[in-house]
Amino acid sequence: MSAAPATFYRRVEAALGNPTLQAAVRLSTGRMVANRQAAMAAFPEAESVRDRARAIRAHTIAHLDRYLRQFEANVVARGGRVHWAATAADAVRLVTEIAREHGVRTAVKSKSMVSEEIDLNAALAQAGVEVLESDLGEFIVQLANDHPSHIVMPIIHKSRAEIARLFRDRLQATDEDVSDVPQMTRLARRVLRAGFLHADMGISGGNFGVAATGSLCITTNEGNGRLTTTLPRVHVALMGIERLVPTFDDLAVMLQVLGRSATGQKLTVYTNIISGPRRHGQGPGAGGQGPGGESDGPEHFHVVLVDNGRSSLLGGELAEILYCIRCGACLNACPVYQQLGGHAYGSVYPGPVGAVLTPALRGLYEWHDLPQASSLCGACREICPVRIDIPRMLLELRSETTRIGYTPWWVSLGLSTLATLATRPRLFRRAQALASWATRRLATDGWIRRMPGHLARWTDARDFPAFAPQTFQQQWEARRK
Amino acid sequence: MSERTGNSGKWPSRPTRVQLLVTCLVDSIAPRVGFAVVEVLERLGLEVEVPAGQTCCGQPAFNSGGWDEARAMARHLIDVFGDRPDVPVVVPSGSCGDMVIHQAPALLENDPQYADRARALAARTFEFTQFLVDVLGVTDVGAVSEGKIAYHPACHGLRGLGAATQPLALLGAVRNVETCPLPEAETCCGFGGLFAVKLSDVSASLLQRKLANVEASGADTLVATDISCLMHMEGGLRRRGSTIRVRHLAEVLADRLTPAGQQTAPDAAATEERS
Repeated sequence: MSAAPATFYRRVEAALGNPTLQAAVRLSTGRMVANRQAAMAAFPEAESVRDRARAIRAHTIAHLDRYLRQFEANVVARGGRVHWAATAADAVRLVTEIAREHGVRTAVKSKSMVSEEIDLNAALAQAGVEVLESDLGEFIVQLANDHPSHIVMPIIHKSRAEIARLFRDRLQATDEDVSDVPQMTRLARRVLRAGFLHADMGISGGNFGVAATGSLCITTNEGNGRLTTTLPRVHVALMGIERLVPTFDDLAVMLQVLGRSATGQKLTVYTNIISGPRRHGQGPGAGGQGPGGESDGPEHFHVVLVDNGRSSLLGGELAEILYCIRCGACLNACPVYQQLGGHAYGSVYPGPVGAVLTPALRGLYEWHDLPQASSLCGACREICPVRIDIPRMLLELRSETTRIGYTPWWVSLGLSTLATLATRPRLFRRAQALASWATRRLATDGWIRRMPGHLARWTDARDFPAFAPQTFQQQWEARRK
Repeated sequence: MSERTGNSGKWPSRPTRVQLLVTCLVDSIAPRVGFAVVEVLERLGLEVEVPAGQTCCGQPAFNSGGWDEARAMARHLIDVFGDRPDVPVVVPSGSCGDMVIHQAPALLENDPQYADRARALAARTFEFTQFLVDVLGVTDVGAVSEGKIAYHPACHGLRGLGAATQPLALLGAVRNVETCPLPEAETCCGFGGLFAVKLSDVSASLLQRKLANVEASGADTLVATDISCLMHMEGGLRRRGSTIRVRHLAEVLADRLTPAGQQTAPDAAATEERS
């Protein structure tokens, strides 16, 4: 999953040193949080629907094996094909093989975080398949040779001026083309329309799979998902194995919280439900459009179900992260994400959900820094439409980080010293007296401007208080006498 | 499943006696806050016990992944507070409250000797403002204070224990103060325990954002219910050269004017001087 985590702290530094980035991220996340608040406030059943959405996700994940088999059987019954990818490499190989099997030269793609997770575009390019991103944000990411920095708003880190410059450089845009956002969108649409019409294959993600019918639900705000999945003759949908719901009723519940949580919309503008490839009718008629036939849709419908570490979480302390419906609300609400943007995390999934998901799927050895990137303020848990207790899992991962020996030595030493003292009150009191003496020596007017050792990081930005000459408990005892 | 809450209002009758979990930071750095809590509780007719030998609840270790250390400290805390089902424990900190109420029982759930005791302690532990408002049913503690106050709802009290309305109700009943709405009030101040050291730059950037909002509020006093977040914000305000005063809500609630109109703080605070 993308960048080298060893440079986490360097990326944090870079993000904090980039006021343009911070302003752009703060503006968009703030707007989305406000939109979400307004949408939820105008939705009287919000809390009970969230409870129901959580229950649906919990039930589905608890019985995932059953629903996956049911989903597969129903996709096949409708004429589609299901492929199982245990790893990212398997997923990439399967999609490449599908492209080869159908003689695909060009593909359009609607937004798919799984495709980012498995780094699909690079592999398809190597196999000689040209891929065009059709989500406007992802299109810009692709033009800039960049990575998305948000699950829902991939270019949250870019300013309009940067995009205008990019369009000039890469699309030979004129002054008029980049004069305002509608003009820029129009230019992108001209490029994309040609892509839709010529593509041999459409690649999409999947917001939900409905087990009872084998249907795939894709939500977009630009209509690009609909074009991607209907115009080309082949449609390949990539979906994490956890993205199922049992029935259409359940889907209806999930959609009520997805749009509201992601952008504050009651419903995303385009909600597509795809059940199998184009159906050909019986008897005569062009394109098989006789009775029961369909006038559009792809000839071939493939679903690639990607595990890539997910099944290893089932039944464990981190299984709850599989409830996630990728609305991005926890990113918007997270103060750390708001200060850093998504790239600092270095993983495809940034923000609170990424800080759990990435180490959970890819391992703490490489990704042990991410669970530390939280003040545990709980804003993510509060805003999550399915009430995922992300702080609990960040803590689980921090505990695991200690178990595998990746907690910094000075933190471990500090904590074991604290525990030794805190379980021996007399010793604790002596340590308090020592700390009081030392801090009061260092302090002027009760505050210290520069602490020694690792605590210097505290005093880089704030004064540190001297300890009181006498503890509360000492004063209390004196008062009682 | 709903938002997390503390032990609001779960007490059979009006208690007459409480145990104070003073917290290690109040004990070491801000004893005046402990005495303010005692002052308020005694004014409401309660007898306050301070169990001897209390140290740290273990939250710093728990949050940093040192769960064995956190368990040892939680067991010590349980031993110190003893098995007193009829006596509520009051803690002037949302984060220590969250530790005792939610985390310690989970940490010790497989400990044959301590699992039940951890749950019992959790069930009788109350964050200070929730104890006043929900258990005692009091919002007006008779406080007369001064100044223009901005209130920062510290995260663990707010989202860990659901102490959203109680501090505001208490503050609202204090005479002679003006409350100043704090922009982005519910955004974390960036403290986060060892987070402030481990990711000090991110913490500092959140701190500056919070302090800019505090300054924009027009307040001359910043109030919260967690001394940990307060020392982080006070340290930041001092570094900015700000004159905004920083106080725990208990200190405001303990303020009274004498008939002569002179403000008096709880007596013990006068004996406490730094440096």
